[in-house]
Amino acid sequence: MSFLKIKNLSVDYKMRRETINAAKNVNIDVNKGEILGLVGESGSGKSTVGNAIINLIDEPGRVSKGSIVLDGIDIHADPQNIVKYRGKKIGLIFQDPQTSLNPILTIGEQLIETIQTHLNLNVDDAKNKAINLLKEVGIKDAETRFDNYPHQFSGGMRQRVVISLALCCEPELLIADEPTTALDVSIQSQILDLIKKLTKERNLAVILITHDMGVIAETADRVAVMKNGDLVEIGPTKELLTKPKEIYTKSLVSSVPPTNKKISRFKIIEKENKKQSDTNIKILNRWVKKEISDKDLVQVESLSKTFDDSFFIESSKNSVMAVNDVSFSIKEGQSFGLVGESGSGKSTIAKMIVNLFKPSSGDIYFNDVCVTKIKSNKEMLKFRKQIQMIFQDPYSSLNGRLKVKDIVSEPIKLHNPSVSSKDLDDYIYDLLESVELTQQSAERYPHEFSGGQRQRISIARALATQPRLLVCDEPTSALDVSIQAQILNLLKDLQEQLNLTILFISHDLPVVRQMCDRIAVLKNGKLCEISNTEDLFIKPKHDYTKELLKLMPKIESIYK
Amino acid sequence: MASQRLTLLSRIKDSDIYFSFIKSPTAIVSSVILVIIFFCSFFVEFVAPFNPFDPSSLSLMEAFTPPSWSEKGMTKYILGTDGQGRDMLSTILYGSRISLIVGFSAILFSLLLGVTLGLTAGYFGGKYEMIVMRLTDVQLTVPSILMALLVDGIARGIISRELHDEMAIYVLIFAIGISEWPQFARVSRAATLVEKNKDYVSASTIIGVSNILIMFKHILPNIMRPVLVIGTIGLALAIIAESTLSFLGVGVPPTTPSLGTLIRIGNDFLFSGEWWITFFPAIFLVLLAFSINLLGDWMRDTLNPKLN
Repeated sequence: MSFLKIKNLSVDYKMRRETINAAKNVNIDVNKGEILGLVGESGSGKSTVGNAIINLIDEPGRVSKGSIVLDGIDIHADPQNIVKYRGKKIGLIFQDPQTSLNPILTIGEQLIETIQTHLNLNVDDAKNKAINLLKEVGIKDAETRFDNYPHQFSGGMRQRVVISLALCCEPELLIADEPTTALDVSIQSQILDLIKKLTKERNLAVILITHDMGVIAETADRVAVMKNGDLVEIGPTKELLTKPKEIYTKSLVSSVPPTNKKISRFKIIEKENKKQSDTNIKILNRWVKKEISDKDLVQVESLSKTFDDSFFIESSKNSVMAVNDVSFSIKEGQSFGLVGESGSGKSTIAKMIVNLFKPSSGDIYFNDVCVTKIKSNKEMLKFRKQIQMIFQDPYSSLNGRLKVKDIVSEPIKLHNPSVSSKDLDDYIYDLLESVELTQQSAERYPHEFSGGQRQRISIARALATQPRLLVCDEPTSALDVSIQAQILNLLKDLQEQLNLTILFISHDLPVVRQMCDRIAVLKNGKLCEISNTEDLFIKPKHDYTKELLKLMPKIESIYK
Repeated sequence: MASQRLTLLSRIKDSDIYFSFIKSPTAIVSSVILVIIFFCSFFVEFVAPFNPFDPSSLSLMEAFTPPSWSEKGMTKYILGTDGQGRDMLSTILYGSRISLIVGFSAILFSLLLGVTLGLTAGYFGGKYEMIVMRLTDVQLTVPSILMALLVDGIARGIISRELHDEMAIYVLIFAIGISEWPQFARVSRAATLVEKNKDYVSASTIIGVSNILIMFKHILPNIMRPVLVIGTIGLALAIIAESTLSFLGVGVPPTTPSLGTLIRIGNDFLFSGEWWITFFPAIFLVLLAFSINLLGDWMRDTLNPKLN
């Protein structure tokens, strides 16, 4: 008899136009002492299942069918059950440690409050228990940190506090909803190790909800794969990842960028027999192709950027050194990766190269012209034409008030004001087809498209000026893996056929490995190491690179 | 063309705004009242039973006729007549036209001024932003009626007496408009600060789009929602401000009375028993301002994503 038994669970959201079945007949069992990974892409219903267990489904959603039996008791049979169980028998860890703690209470107050709500303890006992918990989750100087406020902790430490809150009433079931998505790789592995350790020590049943196959491969004992509210496949992790039965699981596994080798293209497995055509890059005949040469297209020389917070007086106390003396160069036709964790200054460098920020010191040369010294607007416009950028967030990078046609045509009209309306339309259609969108999309508004399609529109807009350098700032980190694979394929095809030079910025090492020829590793604004991709992954020189490589979640770890 | 219009209509019908509109009785009732008031005021020549400014239609004999349902009332004067024998209903409708014209123009003026300053301040930042925002802070410390009185006083000093009555309506629009702009400046600056950090603005900059075009083509349409909401509520305030000024005798002259002027004139007769002369314009003003405010509230709730 398994500890948690979800039987035929269906959750419906009754919307204005239709009823959305967020979960359809889901059957999942979880035993004590095991971690069940629940994977799926956004909208697959994985969080809905998690929320259904603790009865936290927002209006207008409701559990329409099925039962959830915890330790032999149906928790939905009596509304009182869930109130008793939530927090006590079931602990919760949320994605964002910034918002799951109350910023105006010390962590001690929050822990004591939770403990006293569920356990019959006086303040001193509760405090002792809380301090022990903090020690257990690995917070040093727990006695003094006890009286600190959440903002005095770093992101990873805060997530540890959240875990201690979830554990403080001795729960037997722990639900972790994307617990490491908001964290950097090095902290992610610490948190996952902590969850693994606690599972064994306390004999917990854990449901780990995530979209990251690497995390699943390294932590989960069993995996359940969900898609559009359906449970596609469930089974032991190793078996499911190495020998997936369902087509969807196969395509999901094949979309994950491998960490141990470079592949030329991602395999996209479609359920429908859609023809897997080589991308038809229609803008090719309009393109003035630059020959791949051995010349440096971009040279960055001892670049620094300081952000000054003070308004009235210049003081070094308030200033933050975001980029510190960074130099590198990119050859024409190369794809160059910038890797680092959050706060490493990689986006700041990108913004200085596309001239959104002025550097505090240092020079950027593009095609032997010093970018930072361009004064006249005409020169600037010429420079702008040659460098374009793709942004991380596909939702904020397109103006929602403009049609796709207007978004894509803006750069064309700006750099070629005399273009006739027929040529313009042809060009727009060619651009859209090059990024695998239909001609009909031109007349629609951005909100009618999904995240991946929006990113394609972004790429079409960036290509419209026929740039030589394309700066991609985390272009796929907001997308699901299967969509990520498609976008990365598209970028590879475009680069190959148009001889584009790409500056690819990411925190995701496997992705960078697939995309780049050379990689620079950044930490706290300083350059750690630059080398060719294969050298970097096989024999890293810098300690920080070694650590990053060791800590990144590897889907291949399942074969060990 | 026909199919296009059809799709536009069906798009409106399909939208969330339409949905929340038909679900809200307050919004429906207040907009029906407003449509009736706007229609009657702008086609007043055809709607009103009398023209109160045509001396031939006035008869002093019928002055101070009470409303038609009271004992001495006459059926042709539904809401009675005033001290000069003018039909109250017609006078109110003519008066509300003046009030609406002044209200709309004033709010349009302050919207243009406020949004331009707020948008540029938010976009460019720096010292310019500081100066503009401190200016709004200073102006917000002065009550808007006082501000309008001040402007009116200065105008009276500058413009000669004969011209003044002619110019009164423009002075009034300017006075009310200038006292309302800080609201628009603040809201549009705040919204601009949010929008300008979004990637689509960076993308336009990288493409090479000029600052002016980025501000007015890209950012402006995205900040119009909050601006329209405070614009609607501001319209009610502007109409009330106009009435207040006219009531105080510094607004439009009695020869072309607005609602405020009517209330002031009627006020003199209130204690001699002729209550209707001040009561009906006042009720009309309350109805107008109340309906606009309710519609504004509904708009704020619907258009604000945080409250949904």
